[in-house]
Amino acid sequence: MTKQVQQLDRVIIRFAGDSGDGMQLTGDRFTAETAQFGNDLSTLPNFPAEIRAPAGTLPGVSSFQLHFADHDILTPGDAPNVLVAMNPAALKANLGDLPRGADVIVNTDEFTKRNLQKVGYAESPMENGSLDEWRVHAVPLTSLTVKALEGFAISKKDAERAKNMFALGLLSWLYHRPTEATVRFLEAKFAKKPDIAKANIAAFQAGWNYGETTESFSVSYEVKPAKLTPGLYRNISGNQALAYGLIAASVQSRLPLFLGSYPITPASDILHELSKHKRFGIRTFQAEDEIAGVGAALGAAFGGALGVTTTSGPGVALKAETVGLAVATELPLLVVDVQRAGPSTGMPTKTEQTDLLMAMFGRNGESPVPIVAPATPSDCFDAALESARIALKYRTPVMLLSDGYLANGSEPWLLPEVDQLPDLSVDFTVEPNGDDGETYLPFKRDPQTLARPWAVPGTPGLEHRIGGIEKADGTGNISYDPNNHDRMVRLRQAKIDGIAQDIPPLAIDDPDGDARVLVLGWGSTYGPIAAAVRRVRKSGGKVAQTHIRHLNPLPANTGEVLRAYDKVLLPEINLGQLALLLRARFLVDIISYNRVRGLPFKAEELAGVIQDVIDSE
Amino acid sequence: MSDIATNGHITGPVGGTGLALIPRATEKQTLKDFKSDQEVRWCPGCGDYAILSAVQGFLPELGLKRENIVFVSGIGCSSRFPYYLNTYGFHSIHGRAPAIATGLAASRPDLSVWVITGDGDALSIGGNHLIHALRRNVNLNILLFNNRIYGLTKGQYSPTSEVGKITKSTPMGSLDKPFNPISLALGAEASFVARTLDSDRKHLTSVLREAAAHRGTSLVEIYQNCNIFNDNAFEALKDPEVRDDITLRLEHGQPIVSASKAVRRAPNGGIEVVDRAEVPEGEILVHDARNPDPSLAFALSRLDEPAFDHVPIGVFRSVDRPAYDTRMAEQLDEAVAERGPGQLSDLLRGGDTWRVG
Repeated sequence: MTKQVQQLDRVIIRFAGDSGDGMQLTGDRFTAETAQFGNDLSTLPNFPAEIRAPAGTLPGVSSFQLHFADHDILTPGDAPNVLVAMNPAALKANLGDLPRGADVIVNTDEFTKRNLQKVGYAESPMENGSLDEWRVHAVPLTSLTVKALEGFAISKKDAERAKNMFALGLLSWLYHRPTEATVRFLEAKFAKKPDIAKANIAAFQAGWNYGETTESFSVSYEVKPAKLTPGLYRNISGNQALAYGLIAASVQSRLPLFLGSYPITPASDILHELSKHKRFGIRTFQAEDEIAGVGAALGAAFGGALGVTTTSGPGVALKAETVGLAVATELPLLVVDVQRAGPSTGMPTKTEQTDLLMAMFGRNGESPVPIVAPATPSDCFDAALESARIALKYRTPVMLLSDGYLANGSEPWLLPEVDQLPDLSVDFTVEPNGDDGETYLPFKRDPQTLARPWAVPGTPGLEHRIGGIEKADGTGNISYDPNNHDRMVRLRQAKIDGIAQDIPPLAIDDPDGDARVLVLGWGSTYGPIAAAVRRVRKSGGKVAQTHIRHLNPLPANTGEVLRAYDKVLLPEINLGQLALLLRARFLVDIISYNRVRGLPFKAEELAGVIQDVIDSE
Repeated sequence: MSDIATNGHITGPVGGTGLALIPRATEKQTLKDFKSDQEVRWCPGCGDYAILSAVQGFLPELGLKRENIVFVSGIGCSSRFPYYLNTYGFHSIHGRAPAIATGLAASRPDLSVWVITGDGDALSIGGNHLIHALRRNVNLNILLFNNRIYGLTKGQYSPTSEVGKITKSTPMGSLDKPFNPISLALGAEASFVARTLDSDRKHLTSVLREAAAHRGTSLVEIYQNCNIFNDNAFEALKDPEVRDDITLRLEHGQPIVSASKAVRRAPNGGIEVVDRAEVPEGEILVHDARNPDPSLAFALSRLDEPAFDHVPIGVFRSVDRPAYDTRMAEQLDEAVAERGPGQLSDLLRGGDTWRVG
């Protein structure tokens, strides 16, 4: 039977199943195949904090969304064109996001009376017409997989577990994905269990063959490779890119990396990744708590290491006092906050931008700290390098604000040329710097940067003491002198403020140059905002866009940019934290758009908001 | 590395490797070399003066390059200590000195790192860091100045104050049972645990010497008098009339005795203190600081409970166990030996890549 092939410019697929169904793995593999094929792509994993919630229940549903296209794309997509639902819970949890006419591939084997009851279906939605507005493909995935694996030397349970590979094979056929890499992947993953490897490969191929032969699928789809900037690419998640950025910062600064960290979702993968790269001289220290993690990093920084701590919001709260100590002692330190939904434990696996004000002000005393926020998963690499540059050059703790969406999302990354990465080398002070040529003044500042010298233990003649008690300007002796304290407070602030001269000004994207509305963002909202701006422009709307990467200090032209437009719109996944800062600082009446659902914005939603602001002109 | 034989008993010499990686001074040093130019600001009569003087006097004996010595402290009266020593120093925040020192010592095995802390700093706010530093066994020396009171905050009871302590915050007496720092350290699997006294310079110096030579974390509890808020807390150990009867000297390989008392095994399986005259020499317990089993050391640490009638002083335990920083450095070396030094370009290009254009 010859099947029709239809061309598409982009597709959004969501794999959804029970936590134990291997949906994240299935999504990762489909992503790898898609990257290999040359589409642009963006991914959004979405999983519960519980490792294995009771099987078949709504809280146990785990999903992975992938958007791929023949052109460059900015988000994992608003609404799936295709939903793969491995059980009734997955169907029920995701149906609300599906537009009319979307394809739904349902594993009918799991639609048992008991499983339907678990999620509150009185009768099967497959049989009562409630799914009529979608194109439903009823596929007995489990039994087809078990049948395909008859004769393999594996248990029935292992055969059933291979159903995700059957689904992957079917989807790979449906979208003409290359399959060799997945076969290689399965061989490597189950190298120690060759029977399981063979069975999974067979299930994968059976899924492909099923697509080709079944009448349930009469059309398959092609999405041509995207025309991306020429170069070598890999797919990368935000956490991995951030870890690589930290390694690059260590290499480029020639300082050994010391990571002090305590496991916390969604930041732990940075600890895991860095602990694999000991041959770069990286020391990873899993501390007894968040406080010890940052304390050890600061101790290592005193000794001349690139000290880093990685955490999420609750951890930042605990580290605050030590960050203040780093402010007072003026030592370089990187604090990575992979933000998650709060307050308190909140929703650990869900994303949010709610730690900005904590990063700005969450310490006692006047304790300014530079803040850098990456815009996309791969940008986490550059943001880590930039944070390290500022920390080392200005001898200051730096807060790097990633979030759960960036951490777990992935996209193709044009690999940088290593010889073009910035040089972050540091000159340790090795000679006395006092006017008498004999004494060492630990708080005598560089007149340009206001940074203090960094003399590490082991340097003869420069023995000195630092600490959290106020220091006399220059000598670093303990000082309670009122005027000295006022001076030191202002010097520490001026040092951070001065960084504004050392970062790029805000760049404005306004193709026609005559927009009267500016949409502004920071951090991970870049993708949805940029995608929304495209939509608005496509329908004739005029809007300018800019994105803030350095949140403290702000780029030198920020005030000028904000005042140049009639209206400034700022979408944030919080209740208006950056808006608060900008209004206070520049007296510009920012229009805030805020949703705090633990999910990224949708492009369509933001396009509507932008259009409304334009229309209200 | 470790000299523990397969039967678990120590076969090598006692201590001696703690300073092996630290550069030696080429010139002879004196006490004066370790005095900083800062004015000492403890209350007149504070026990800290004696400890400072003993440490300044003892450091030249180590013969280490002064620039390779670092003192890290937390918050409290004792934590001002680093300012008065002409070495590198880091006066940090309340309770966190062991964590900060861990990062420093783990990344710089060429440094001799000392933590100065007090009973409130180490056992209240910093209790978690203390026990984890001890179990981890990073090459650190922790000097815990125990005066059984909060001094810098002006006289509240501390986690080592006796039950019923009347202070500003406990006008009707404190309710919580105190920690015994030695018992706590032994329970945390510390590899070196000792107790000494601020006023006994000779003994203090000898304990510091052993602590410095120990590779791994050493904990030294120093009974220190706070003459303002808890004066004479340890008077019994200083009073010439009674001190020799109360003090049970712990010396490796020697019988555990005071002038009038001796320690022997008790019929109930534990140990007991009895009149020395009543015990045959052969029944007196001989101190074995190198015993891999900490049970006896723990039993000894309980002897001063509850009334301070007899107090063991000296090194309770000194056993060899791989230091965390050594193993950490070895893992880096092993990783390089297996796959060569890391190359950034290879790292970024690892995994599945594809070329566009």
